[in-house]
Amino acid sequence: MNTKVSIAGVELKNPVMSASGTFGSGEEYSEFVDLNQLGAVVTKGVANVPWEGNPTPRIAETRSGMLNAIGLQNPGIDVFCKRDLPFLKQFDTKIIVNVCGRTTKDYMEVVERLGDEAVDLLEINVSCPNVKHGGIAFGQDPKCLLEVTREIKRVAKQPIIIKLSPNVTDIAEMAKTAEAGGADCVSLINTLLGMKIDIYKQSFSLANRTGGLSGPGIKPVALRMVHQVANAVTIPVIGMGGITSWEDGVEFLLAGATGIAVGTANFNDPTSMIKIKNGIEEYLKTMNFDNVADIIGLVK
Amino acid sequence: MKRKKEIAKVLSQKEIAKDIFDLWIESQSVTADGKAGQFVSLYTGDESRLLPRPISICEIDSDRNALRLVYRVTGEHTGTKIFSKMTEGDEIEILGPLGNGFDTSIPEDAILIGGGIGIPPMLELAKERSGKSYIVTGFKDSTFLMEDLQRWGEVAIATEDGSAGTKGTVLDAIRDNGIKADVLYACGPTPMLKAVKEYAKEEGIEKVYLSLEEKMACGVGACLACVCKSKEVDSHTHVKNKRVCKEGPVFSAWEVEF
Repeated sequence: MNTKVSIAGVELKNPVMSASGTFGSGEEYSEFVDLNQLGAVVTKGVANVPWEGNPTPRIAETRSGMLNAIGLQNPGIDVFCKRDLPFLKQFDTKIIVNVCGRTTKDYMEVVERLGDEAVDLLEINVSCPNVKHGGIAFGQDPKCLLEVTREIKRVAKQPIIIKLSPNVTDIAEMAKTAEAGGADCVSLINTLLGMKIDIYKQSFSLANRTGGLSGPGIKPVALRMVHQVANAVTIPVIGMGGITSWEDGVEFLLAGATGIAVGTANFNDPTSMIKIKNGIEEYLKTMNFDNVADIIGLVK
Repeated sequence: MKRKKEIAKVLSQKEIAKDIFDLWIESQSVTADGKAGQFVSLYTGDESRLLPRPISICEIDSDRNALRLVYRVTGEHTGTKIFSKMTEGDEIEILGPLGNGFDTSIPEDAILIGGGIGIPPMLELAKERSGKSYIVTGFKDSTFLMEDLQRWGEVAIATEDGSAGTKGTVLDAIRDNGIKADVLYACGPTPMLKAVKEYAKEEGIEKVYLSLEEKMACGVGACLACVCKSKEVDSHTHVKNKRVCKEGPVFSAWEVEF
């Protein structure tokens, strides 16, 4: 059984990885999950300087999902390189660093800084719906996206993944734009912009008013977008959005995702990624596939 | 891997006041390692309600590996409503103990202040402490856990409607009963915690420990949802955002700002 997949020349032992923002830099969850079993760990977004994030409440549960408006709280690249990277290097898994910024220069600073580090891939977060500057602004305007991708690509030593927002009219166009800018891979979907109202307080449930919707409720939307994008670009696609079970994971692979990221499901079950990985292997065995690559994009 | 979820068996459950449920479950992990002020993540078992509910430890009975959780049902279509329907023999997924817990080693006399659903953790705290405990409880109207609390300390009551004890707040009850101590522990709504902090300032009480509440997602320190404003930089992000689930939920009153 071969479960290996290749993303921009980087070989992952299996397609399963954490979705950025739900898994920190792996340390907290390493108490519950053997990180060595994952294809990759995708870190929470890291910026050039520490970010405090949004006021609380930052979380609200919804039916079959949740809204978050953390606001990319992160310790900045210095602490990340000193503390989080050495921690992650102990494990036999690929390291994908999610990079966030308010300006193109911010992104470039982080990307340049990571150039000499043992990082396998960079995921560029141009799709966070919860910060006022940067984030989604880059991911909703094709011109901005093209420019930021090109600029980052100019300085990046590792292959770059552009993380796309579903909060656009045509996500395939955005994926093609990222590809044209030199992106080595695209990942999608980031969260869908949503809202919840506290009927007893008669105010917003989140201090930020709006937040990003994730969880199994968004899976059909995510799957449709992954399928659309996988058929629009030639670079590999990492699929995510509500993946909770191994069946979900198989659907994304069939739709054309080379890698699959698991986020919100970790909150419900810290071992969900391992179960998904094992379930996919079982599926391949049962369906007589020797190679996970054989099912990627099988449903055209 | 060092830790994992546990499937706990429900030993008993009853409603002890309106919407307040008293649940005993069997748990190896929490009764072995848990202490007052820590909490447990409870999973609803309903796949459409993903997030664990953080519930504070009310009492630990190590002899029979039993954990007591006293919680409030927060609405008709909620996770806590699901818990409230569980009966003896049902199984519930839990993760814990989580968080830091109270410092129970302080030998001085202390006032343990609980407001509403912040009262339950005061029971295990009073039990674990060696020093004298004055337990001051604040309710809207009907009281609960009175007999249990009275076994471990002197109990004073405040009710908003005056139906029991002092009419007013927990601080009114403290003054009414002439209670004095060098240490304060408190858990309850934020306005109460603010008032306790002010009271400590006026009285010059230095050892003040507050158990905070915030909306959580992961419960283990990864998602950064449940932060509170702190005076010192936090260990995670190196800003002033301590994680309630990890560095807390118990903080020195002088360490947090709200």
